[in-house]
Amino acid sequence: MFETLADRFDQIFTRLRGRGRLAAADVDEALREIRVALLEADVHLDVVRDLVAAIRERCTGAELSKSLSPAQQVVKVVNEELTAVLGGEAFRLTFASRPPTVILLAGLQGSGKTTAAAKLARYLRQQGRHPLLVGADLQRPAAVEQLRVLGRDAGAAVFSEPSDPVTVARRGVAEAERVGRDVVVIDTAGRLAVDEALMDEVRRVAEAVRPHYRFLVLDAMAGQDALRTAIAFHESLDLDGVILTKLDGDARGGAALSVKKVLGRPIAFVSTGEKVADFEQFHPDRMASRILGMGDVLTLIERAERAYDAQVTARAMERLQAGRFTLDDFHEQLQQMKRLGPLKSVIGMLPGLPKELKDAPIDDRDVTRVEAIIRSMTPEERDDPTIINGSRRARIAAGSGTTATDVNNLLRQFKEMQRLMRSSGLAGLARGGRRGAKRKKGGRTSASLKGAGR
Amino acid sequence: MTILVIAIVLAVLVVLAATGGVVALRRRRPRAAPAPPGPPAPPAEVAAGEPPRLAERVGAARQALGASLAALRRRERVDEAAFAELEEALILADVGLPTTRRLLDRLREAVRAGRVGAEPKALLDALREEVVALFAGEDRSLSLEGAPAVWLFVGVNGAGKTTSIGKVAARLARSGRSVVLAAGDTFRAAAGDQLTLWSERTSSEIVRGADGADPSSVIFDAIQHAAARGADVVLADTAGRLHTKVNLMEELRKVRRVADRPPGKVSEVLLVIDATTGQNGLAQAREFSEAVGVTGVVLTKLDGSAKGGIVLAIRAELGIPIKLVGLGERAEDLVDFDPGEFAAALLG
Repeated sequence: MFETLADRFDQIFTRLRGRGRLAAADVDEALREIRVALLEADVHLDVVRDLVAAIRERCTGAELSKSLSPAQQVVKVVNEELTAVLGGEAFRLTFASRPPTVILLAGLQGSGKTTAAAKLARYLRQQGRHPLLVGADLQRPAAVEQLRVLGRDAGAAVFSEPSDPVTVARRGVAEAERVGRDVVVIDTAGRLAVDEALMDEVRRVAEAVRPHYRFLVLDAMAGQDALRTAIAFHESLDLDGVILTKLDGDARGGAALSVKKVLGRPIAFVSTGEKVADFEQFHPDRMASRILGMGDVLTLIERAERAYDAQVTARAMERLQAGRFTLDDFHEQLQQMKRLGPLKSVIGMLPGLPKELKDAPIDDRDVTRVEAIIRSMTPEERDDPTIINGSRRARIAAGSGTTATDVNNLLRQFKEMQRLMRSSGLAGLARGGRRGAKRKKGGRTSASLKGAGR
Repeated sequence: MTILVIAIVLAVLVVLAATGGVVALRRRRPRAAPAPPGPPAPPAEVAAGEPPRLAERVGAARQALGASLAALRRRERVDEAAFAELEEALILADVGLPTTRRLLDRLREAVRAGRVGAEPKALLDALREEVVALFAGEDRSLSLEGAPAVWLFVGVNGAGKTTSIGKVAARLARSGRSVVLAAGDTFRAAAGDQLTLWSERTSSEIVRGADGADPSSVIFDAIQHAAARGADVVLADTAGRLHTKVNLMEELRKVRRVADRPPGKVSEVLLVIDATTGQNGLAQAREFSEAVGVTGVVLTKLDGSAKGGIVLAIRAELGIPIKLVGLGERAEDLVDFDPGEFAAALLG
């Protein structure tokens, strides 16, 4: 989600690292660029101002002058400030001593409330709770219907009736009490923060059922206005937190940074995909790391757990270590990796990648090209690429819509990688291939593999 | 770059191995279960009301932006601080830094050259003209070419595709066109039901498939049906999808390919964008355009407090015309995009 911001910080810090000591002017320049990077990430203007001021204060004081590595110090300061803005510790949901615990969801149209309600219900079930979903969105066509279907997926019953939102909510809570559900999650209609009548309505819903938790459901791709919306909902409802949705996109997520800071309320949960299971607690430190390009291994592992086949992966690892990793194995791994998301975001999650590698032009079509070449080979050719002569190469190139040079490059580079893996051990690759192999051509790529890691 | 692909695949493998193995779970897209009858539909709306004027709808919402520019208006002369205030106002409107800077640089130059007076009012008028000029030369018409003409509605989750289809169907019906709705969102729970309610409200036909069916085939069926009945337009709904999802964008490409087969002709691919969207809107426009060739943008939810400035960036950097604007949840809450009105509303 924060890929572009991470790229920008990387550029800024590389420039800083190039200098020995930092003059005030250097820090100013870095701060100017940080301001630009944050604005481009949809962080609210006011928050950007405060954040830059805080970083400036810490960076021009004694802290920095004593530091042996000023650039590293700046990175550290930015990381800390970002983590603080994002919310410090993770939010904890606690349950009412007298059930049911009532949770109310509100927000703009299209923010993802109905889906979030179902996801939250499933999450609560996993915690051993027995939630009831209440469909109080009587405005949007088929909204209750949608909740019923999602509720089935989530394993939670849904209550609704064609009356009015306040009555539905009240009856919903009564129903939960009657049948012994210990949590109620109320979905409401999307409403504009500037619509006084509808804001009044949601206030009345809250007054009728006195929820223990009132969450604003906010879209991660929201722009500068998100903050104003959040403030308006907060004034009407006295929010307890925010559920940030659609985090699986590449939106820079400035709304997340801004809401906590200005509202003083945490981001409680995040929705990270289209499946009902794609819902988790928000982790501020993980987000801060991603912004700064420090990778996000935890997210990578989580995504891989969902996408990778354990047996296939274990087998591939063994073969890689034994030096028997073939193009077939590689092709298989390529298929698995594609399920992790776009190449750019996968790269963003990998720690310790040399900068040149991260900066290289990234195109998912390269993946397709590599796949096509491998697929155009016969099983024998994949098993033992040394048998590929001129005519075979031409056939493969024709079959995959590439050139003989492309085929050559793939074979040669794959062979180099195999050798690298064998000789330096797998740890070598994770550290950016520092135990560099000697490379003949390749421009930037050869530089990137020859000990570029820090 | 091949070396990069190889390195990444192996790096992922290594990281996973180093962290102790991976649980076997296959990735699945869930199928929505068949829907039982829900609560009775609200009474069908007669879309007889007048479409709203942009100025009225956004009036109340503009107050805060008006406040920052009100300060500017009270200044006696135009200096760098004034330009800083203008920059802030445009950024707050989600216009984005690059486009904002481009607009303001032109304005600065005009002031320096004496073409624009250095007073606040002249400055704001000039900026309004710059914004309008940005949209000049666009073809904002909606093409009815084809028998039937097929209009695909695409966009990310929650943008307002289905509601926009309802509004467009109402408008086409009012002008005497026959419309068939294609329930091409076969993923979202009760999406077909939602669109069915709109077909009832607008007296248009609808073609649905089973939940989880292939969207291309549902849309194809709708086109066949429309052709057989001699209908004028097929409005095809598609599932909301994040532009970063490779397989979903691939699915969309297929939808377009299939829809373009005779007798269908895809004459509009309308990207629906929420006015509250920030800079990500530009990425959306870029990726969707690359995948299926966007012919126009529908900007929704402009009746809220968000200014929808992202469309300036979309127009400036990608040249995609903004064709329609959504101003509410009723069938009649749809207007043609008007640069003058939009600029006036943007700048207060």
